[in-house]
Amino acid sequence: MTRYSHVIPPGEFWIHEIKRGEHFRIVDLHGNQAVDTLFYNARNYADRFSAQDTIREQKNIYLTTGTRLMSNFGTTMLTITEDTCGRHDTLGGACSHESNMVRYAIEKRHMHACRASFLKAVSTWPGLEKRDIPPNINFFMNVPVTPEGQLTFEDGISEPGKYVEMRAEIDVLCLISNCPQLNNPCNGYNPTPVEVLIWG
Amino acid sequence: MFEEVIQPGASWSHVLKRGTALRITDVEGGANVGALFYNFECTTERYNMPDTLKAQHIARLTRDFVLYSDMGRILCSITGDTVGWHDPLGGCSEAGRDSFLIELEKWGLGPRDLVANVNFFSRVDVAHDGAISFHEGNSKSGSSIDLRAEMNVLTVLNTVTHPMASGAAKPVLVSVFKVEAPRHDDPCRVSRPENGRGFTLTERYFL
Repeated sequence: MTRYSHVIPPGEFWIHEIKRGEHFRIVDLHGNQAVDTLFYNARNYADRFSAQDTIREQKNIYLTTGTRLMSNFGTTMLTITEDTCGRHDTLGGACSHESNMVRYAIEKRHMHACRASFLKAVSTWPGLEKRDIPPNINFFMNVPVTPEGQLTFEDGISEPGKYVEMRAEIDVLCLISNCPQLNNPCNGYNPTPVEVLIWG
Repeated sequence: MFEEVIQPGASWSHVLKRGTALRITDVEGGANVGALFYNFECTTERYNMPDTLKAQHIARLTRDFVLYSDMGRILCSITGDTVGWHDPLGGCSEAGRDSFLIELEKWGLGPRDLVANVNFFSRVDVAHDGAISFHEGNSKSGSSIDLRAEMNVLTVLNTVTHPMASGAAKPVLVSVFKVEAPRHDDPCRVSRPENGRGFTLTERYFL
C-alpha cells in the first residue's frame, strides 16, 4: 500500500509532493533525530506552513496528534493523525552557518547546516528561492519554553522507531532537511537517517 | 528627528538608519504593534524568529535583547523598555496580515516575504504543557520601547489588535532620534556571548 518510501541520510534534503488525502509518515529510525520540515501549498508556494498560525490556532506551541498544520493564509495543510513521540518543536527553526557562528563560535561557519540544505533544495526547484524559507517544524526535537519566557534545547524525547503521521488536506510540497547539527543535543550529537513513507 | 502618531488599525513603514533609534510609545495603554524587519540593502535578509529566540534562549522580548536576521546579524537592539515583555509568538490576524501586505508591496515585497512577526506591547504566556494564553493588561498608558538600528532596517509596523486579544485597536506614537554607536560594554552586546558575536558579525558587514 505504500506508494513511496525513501531513507534520508543526515545532512541531506528531500523534496516531494504529497497529494490531498494521502498519508505521510516520518520515522525516526535511530532516535533523537531532528527533522527540519517545511510545507507549501503545491498550487501556490506563497501559501506555506506558518509556525505562528499553527501554534495560535491550537493554542499550544508543541505539535502532536490532532494538530492542524496551518499556512500563513489560514489554510489547513495537513493534520497529524498519529504520533508515537508526543511532542514536536515549532520555535527552534533550522540551524544555519550564520546561526552556528552566533550560537557557538565564528569558526563554526564551515559546519554543515540545515539552511544550507534548504538553500541547495530551493536552487534545484523552480518557483522556490531563499525568501521561501520560513520558520520550520522540527519533528522529534524537544525545545521546552518555561512560564518565565525562557527557551532551552533539551535532550530529545524520541527513540528508535518513533514516528509521526499526518494526512494531507491539500496537495502539498514537502521540503525536509535531515539535520546535521553536531553542536547541541538536538540529534544526540550523532545525526542519523530517517525514513519517509507516503500512501493513499 | 521626527515623530508621528500611528492611528489605531493603521500601518507604517520607514527605513530606520544605522545610528538612529525608534521609540514606540503606547499612548493609551493596551496597544499592539505588529512588526517586521528587513535589511533594506538586501531584503531577503530579514527578522528571523527562531534565530532570535534560540540565540538568546528566550520566548519573550525585552531590554538588552536583540532582533536577529537569518544571516547572523543584528537588525535592532532593544535598548529601552518600560513594559518587560513583548510577544514573539502570537503572529498576526487576517487584518494584520493584510496590513503587512499593503505596506510590504510599497517596497516591492509581497506574500512570500511575510515571515513570523513580533507583537510589541503584547504578551503571550506559555504554560509548562505548552499551552499559550493572552496576558491581559500587559502595557500601561505611556509605556515605551526603544529599538536601536544596527543596520539600515526596513521597519514595517501596524497597530492592528493582537490576534489573541479582544478589544479595539489603539494608537501609538513613533519617534526617530539619533543615537551613539554601541560601545564595547553596551548592555545588549554583553548580555550574552552570542550577542557579542552577533555584534561582531554585524560590524563586519559594514567594513
